Amino acid sequence: MKLHHRALPIGRALAFAFAVSSFCGTAQAMEDKLVIVTSFPEDLTGPFQAAFQEKHPATQVEILNKKTSAGVKYIQETAANNTTDLFWVSAPDAFTLLKGKGLLEPYAPNSEGIPDMIGSFPINDPDGYFFGFAASGYGIMYNTRYMKAKKLPLPKEWDDLKGAVYFGHVGMSAPSRSGTTHLTVEAILQGEGWDKGWASLKEMAGNFSTVTERSFGVPDGVNSGEFGIGIVIDFFGFSSKASGFPVEFVYPTITALVPANVGIVKNAPHPEAAAAFIDFLLSDAGQKILFDPKIQRLPVKPAIYAEAPEGLPNPFEDNSIGAAVHFDSELSEGRYNVVNSLFDQLITFRIGELRAATQAIHEATEALAKRPDPKAQALLDEARQRVAAVPVSEAEANDPAFAAVFEKKRKKATDEVPQRQAEVEQLWDAFARDNYAQAEELARQAIRLVR
Amino acid sequence: MPSRVQWGPASVGLTLAIFLAAFLVVPVLKVIFVAFQDPHTGSFTLVNFQDFFRTSLFRESFWNSLYVAGMSVMLASIIAVPLAYFTTRFNFGGSILIQTLGVIPLIMPPFVGAVAMQLLFGSNGSVNLLLDEHFGFTVPFMDGLNGVILVESIHYFPFILTNLAASLANIDRSLEESAQNLGASGLRLFRRVVFPLAMPGYIAGASLVFLKVFDDLGTPLLLNVNKMLAPQAYLRISSIGITDPMGYVIAVMLVLFSMFSLWASFLAFRGRDYSSVQKGGGGLLKRDLRPWEKTGAYLVILLILAFVLAPHIGLLLLSFGTVWSYAVLPDGFTLDHYLRVFETSSQYVTNTLLYAGLAATIDVILGTAIAYIVWRTGLRGRTWLDYIATAALAVPGVVLGIGYLRIFLGWEVPFSGQPLAAWWVILVIALSVRRLPYALRACVAALQQVSVTLEEAAENLGATKLRTVWRIVVPLMSGGILAGFVTSFATASVELSATLMLVGQQSDAPLSYGIYVFMQSAAGRGPGAALGIIAVVIEGLGTYLSHRVIERGRRMRTADRIVAETVLGVE
Repeated sequence: MKLHHRALPIGRALAFAFAVSSFCGTAQAMEDKLVIVTSFPEDLTGPFQAAFQEKHPATQVEILNKKTSAGVKYIQETAANNTTDLFWVSAPDAFTLLKGKGLLEPYAPNSEGIPDMIGSFPINDPDGYFFGFAASGYGIMYNTRYMKAKKLPLPKEWDDLKGAVYFGHVGMSAPSRSGTTHLTVEAILQGEGWDKGWASLKEMAGNFSTVTERSFGVPDGVNSGEFGIGIVIDFFGFSSKASGFPVEFVYPTITALVPANVGIVKNAPHPEAAAAFIDFLLSDAGQKILFDPKIQRLPVKPAIYAEAPEGLPNPFEDNSIGAAVHFDSELSEGRYNVVNSLFDQLITFRIGELRAATQAIHEATEALAKRPDPKAQALLDEARQRVAAVPVSEAEANDPAFAAVFEKKRKKATDEVPQRQAEVEQLWDAFARDNYAQAEELARQAIRLVR
Repeated sequence: MPSRVQWGPASVGLTLAIFLAAFLVVPVLKVIFVAFQDPHTGSFTLVNFQDFFRTSLFRESFWNSLYVAGMSVMLASIIAVPLAYFTTRFNFGGSILIQTLGVIPLIMPPFVGAVAMQLLFGSNGSVNLLLDEHFGFTVPFMDGLNGVILVESIHYFPFILTNLAASLANIDRSLEESAQNLGASGLRLFRRVVFPLAMPGYIAGASLVFLKVFDDLGTPLLLNVNKMLAPQAYLRISSIGITDPMGYVIAVMLVLFSMFSLWASFLAFRGRDYSSVQKGGGGLLKRDLRPWEKTGAYLVILLILAFVLAPHIGLLLLSFGTVWSYAVLPDGFTLDHYLRVFETSSQYVTNTLLYAGLAATIDVILGTAIAYIVWRTGLRGRTWLDYIATAALAVPGVVLGIGYLRIFLGWEVPFSGQPLAAWWVILVIALSVRRLPYALRACVAALQQVSVTLEEAAENLGATKLRTVWRIVVPLMSGGILAGFVTSFATASVELSATLMLVGQQSDAPLSYGIYVFMQSAAGRGPGAALGIIAVVIEGLGTYLSHRVIERGRRMRTADRIVAETVLGVE
């Protein structure tokens, strides 16, 4: 066991402190340590850590890996005695949240050659609290062996995934579990509109084989062939393919291209090193690391694409990626918890019931295609509507007063919260269960009519 | 029971109580008081519990958890009882090896085990691909609750195996011999004499399996089954936020139900005496099996072992495989994953050995002390020590992690200026608190089989209490203590949930954290599996060595007795 020498002998510590204080006045003193909290895998953090270490050998980089939501919580819980310098994750709304709670420190990095926008998304926080260093879009990943063995057509658009042919072959994570999945769901909701978006999501979800607990569970399932098709963020697809798995990735028309970000935590113990790391991420050398076959993310510096590996799209030239959706991250942040909870109550926890209803609807559709019947058609339409129904309107979901039900932090003892989250969710759960049961029954009736 | 004031035990009991209060009760209370807080006003309320019972999702989750726990105990018993019985009662080649292999499933690291099981038994796993190709059908081994029951029983049956084996070894064999002299044999001997005498071990193991499965978070989550209580609590705490009351309501329900089932298993023992004056050995040594019986027994054992070691076989393939996708076996084999792990990740291994070793040592010391105080002294409130220590089973690691963060973050470690919550020692303490129940159950079972008369004899001969404990009780309990150490060590080294909250820097991180980090990327699956295999090998060796120690001790004792008997001319 390697023991870490945390306590310097007093004399040496004093000498060191003296040296640092006398040095500070003249040049920028870089601390000997940098602590980064990140949700990125070792495959991404490793190369950056190594390259930064090479450039600044005196600074020891410590990487702490946490899931985005757990990372946000960690920063919040430890704010009183903060030990973290940088927060480094994908989801911009996680940064918006930390910024809102005053847990980030503003900084002006050297970002020459980086435009303001990528697709329709601003790359950096306008107030300088966090910065995009790579872009990612959402799309569909599939296992080619699986598709061939099961004789499935290759999907291109979200709508394709609603087809009966994909029943039981699709996997996705839940937005409450993964920041990136949350962005996918929001992109669909903002792209198609609230009601139509939920209807689409639920039609797709009816074909789900599983709703995974971790966002990486989806590419993992596709890679191993547990299910054939996954709804994932692009780099999961690209990096899986680069690692040799028989998989492909496509961008559907409706997708949001959003930057992955980095920001300095308030009261960072090593601010100079943190700033140096951000500058390094945005430098040419740092941006090129993104082309590593195990990373495969889209750089935010357009000039770098000249050296891009084959197959990696250039969003600054290819305008079809992420152009259809103007992602509104404020809207997304405002209803963050509502969307998460709604997805869990309607889809994640009732996936069995939803799948049963969807199967019945698929069967009824097939039966009706052979023998059309207006009465049965009416029943089937009704069944579809039952599945598509959402217990909350868009206006209600966007209403800050309603969102407050899901935001438990009372600022003062006198603050009143209108309803309990558990009360609302209980209603949604009953709503989903009853509707799916009725939809299944209606579809079965339609089948009986034409048989 | 002696009636004079017991100052020694009382001070030990107080120390234990303070430890449990500081590192279990207060952190948990600090977190779960939210369950009793009105989200409107912040005042005390039970409305959250009403919400729990009104929500059909939670009711269904409760029944699912109960069903899975019950079925897992059954399946685990089917696996464990034959292994324990055959290897302790008959002359059997490789008994130690079988018992060691039987413990290995307990040390399946998180993430990799479920990945391996999916690759072998999943709907498109090796077995089903073969079945589909040759017979045109597939079996849903891993669908929904089936998968959880399968993985849980394979994972946790060693609890029954180790405790039952220790119990069987401790039975006074003259009782068995008497039964045989009176004409009992085979299944009847086992059913009427051996198994009832080994009941403390079996119940200890079975109740552990039940509690563990009931509270288990990792397996259902990895199989994406979320309609069970523990995953519901975890999902709510980790995604909605630590201020949401429902997650804590579920946590409280878990704690209450675990207490209840524990109390039920205590009731089963009430008024019964399982102790015998003579330990193990006795008249009869291991019996021989007839040739055809031996063949049958070997066959059963090999089948069981192949089944329970399936996750490890899958993991081994994964760690050497290049790409394994929708195929019976990986496309090719390579050593690269191991090279990568050895180059970059050796600190995970040394950290794990240190943390799990320290935690298990703390556990058996505390476990022995608690067991002794509860069963051998008349201290008031002594059973609470047992209840509280055991309740740690029901505390989700996340809750403990958050509790520690909330309490110890403000305290600094002397001379380093680092918060206590980010110091590696706090990880050791978290691990020892989480694993204390395992060691405790093993120690209690061992102590129950030591007759009080032996201690009374020692005290009558003038030995002090401390000396009696040290020279008589502890040596007689050694098998159980070692079993407790192995279980604590093995499970502590693969603990993830509290670890994930409390790791303050990567250089302090244990193996499970390293595996977690690797398993978050496509290229990391192989290295993650390799790290998993390294963990399994290290702990397998540890278990094997400790079995060897037990066996040697037993053989030496038997030999001593034979010598003594010969010398004294007794028979």
